[in-house]
Amino acid sequence: MGFVFVLLIFSWISLFTGVRDIHYSELWHDQDKLLVFLNSRIPRTLALGLIGSGSGIAGLIMQQLSQNRFVSPTTSGALDAAKMGVLMALIWIPDVSLMGRLFFSLGFTFLFSMLFILFVSKIQIKNNVFIPLVGIMFGSILNAVSTFFAFKNNIVQNVQEWLLGDFSAILQGQYEAIYFILPAVVVAYFYAEKFTLAGMGHSFAVNLGMSYTSIVNIGLLTVSLVVSVSVITVGVIPFVGLIVPNMVRLFVGDNIRKSLPVIAFSGAIFLLFCDILGRIIVYPYEIPIGVTVGVIGGILFLVLILKKRG
Amino acid sequence: MKNRDKFILIIGVLVIAIGLFVAFDLKGNLSYILSRRLIRLGTMLVVGISVGVSSVIFQTITGNRILTPSIMGYESIFILFQTLIVFILGDQALQAISQEANFFLAICLMLLFSLGMYFLVFNNQHKNMFYLLLIGMVMGALFQSASQFMHILIDPNAFSVIQNFMFVSFSKMNTKLLAIAAGTLFFTLIYLRKLMPYLDVLRLGREQAINLGVNYNRLVKQLLFVISLLVSVSTALVGPITFLGILVSNLTYELLKTHKHAWLLTYCAVLSCVCLIAGQFLIEHVLQFSTTVSIVINFIGAVYFMFLLWKTRKLIR
Repeated sequence: MGFVFVLLIFSWISLFTGVRDIHYSELWHDQDKLLVFLNSRIPRTLALGLIGSGSGIAGLIMQQLSQNRFVSPTTSGALDAAKMGVLMALIWIPDVSLMGRLFFSLGFTFLFSMLFILFVSKIQIKNNVFIPLVGIMFGSILNAVSTFFAFKNNIVQNVQEWLLGDFSAILQGQYEAIYFILPAVVVAYFYAEKFTLAGMGHSFAVNLGMSYTSIVNIGLLTVSLVVSVSVITVGVIPFVGLIVPNMVRLFVGDNIRKSLPVIAFSGAIFLLFCDILGRIIVYPYEIPIGVTVGVIGGILFLVLILKKRG
Repeated sequence: MKNRDKFILIIGVLVIAIGLFVAFDLKGNLSYILSRRLIRLGTMLVVGISVGVSSVIFQTITGNRILTPSIMGYESIFILFQTLIVFILGDQALQAISQEANFFLAICLMLLFSLGMYFLVFNNQHKNMFYLLLIGMVMGALFQSASQFMHILIDPNAFSVIQNFMFVSFSKMNTKLLAIAAGTLFFTLIYLRKLMPYLDVLRLGREQAINLGVNYNRLVKQLLFVISLLVSVSTALVGPITFLGILVSNLTYELLKTHKHAWLLTYCAVLSCVCLIAGQFLIEHVLQFSTTVSIVINFIGAVYFMFLLWKTRKLIR
């Protein structure tokens, strides 16, 4: 219950923080402020919450499937694959719609995550750090390819600009794709234990009467949906899927039924916190959330690695 | 083939690459084009030597073939330092701080950083290499985010100073910085010459080196200083080229079956110049891509790195 409370507080702060000074009592008789509130503040806060909890859950699913704590969209190349998908959509179909971009990015992410999970299941060593290392390298290969094509088409700078995670452009009418995250969250709730079992390996899962392939596919599709939706609506936000589940499990334990709701809530809280911070530090300007999360998340991840080693 | 012949061969290749790069398709305003090309050539030579030498030294002192300074986040921290200096000093002076002053201040900070690296890598001998690698990569990403963070806070006038650091490009025409960087490289190499014989001993491992009478801790610190200087030189000139070092150093080990650092260092330096110059030539004139060589090198290097990881995975069960 504490988490719900904290989430509500942060949402409240997020709703009433910004260049336009809005007080809740003014909403009812100031048309102008009400418009800002409805068109910008509410969509932004909703997007932050949804993407935060979606990313946390996506990270958890990947960690269950690969049975490795350091695997996440950031450390498996999934984020880079989503980026590549958006880029390819723009290159092949210049005036591609939002749905078209989502479709491309979803396809790329799914394909490359499948490749990665296949790779993880093929190498028998489950060394904690080896797999995320390979994932990061995989991501940088994808990135090099994307940069190459972006260079060829002269859009490097544009790509860098709009792929840096940033919520300030979230307005009514441009963010609705994030509602696709909701079904992903629901799926995660229903399949949570099954992902864990599938992570134990093919024969183990089949022995327990599960269809291994379909479970893995559902898991990866869920992850890909969350990742590509957040990449096309707000850009790349690193580390969330990695840190949130790990931090939560340090406190709540490994029981996925217990930790799943906590992960969903703390993912949302983490993003809200980072975004509010980014809005306050250089007020009246803003620091993109991709950068804030990159700094805070990077430090937390280092702490996690150093702690795990002991 | 003897090592000497291999060396002559690679020098020959370098000369051909340089000749092609400078003289190919030379028409129009000769003095303008020639001076432009020569400056770029100079930049690539300085960068190639720095990257090749620093990678081999780092691999010798860490005792493995997968770690290089750039993979351990050296380049990103240099950029972070440059940004930090502009961030702190940029506002005070009426005009923004000059690139040269920035270069020297950032080098001083790099020397401090190499002490930190010393404690991270060498203080605890039992550390798993893959942990170090992951830590290095995360630090690199973190430093990048931190630099970006400061870029947003920096005053736009001051930002123009650091804007150059962010993208790898061999077409920058900064002769003053090139001269300073070349000078730094020159003196660093002279200093390194004195340490060269010890490198061969260091290759045998920490215990053996100490047994043979090397002051291990001091030597490693000195070498880390050298590495910081070299990385600063290459990063200040063209920005980060993450995977060049790992590519050329491992190619050198494959091609030269020797452990003598006099050979390894020179060969690797020449090889990385060849990679840069020939690569840039091929991309510009043969393939006619409007891309820079670093993207291609990063791609090949990353694939090669995966291969190396794959090969070494059996050792770490």
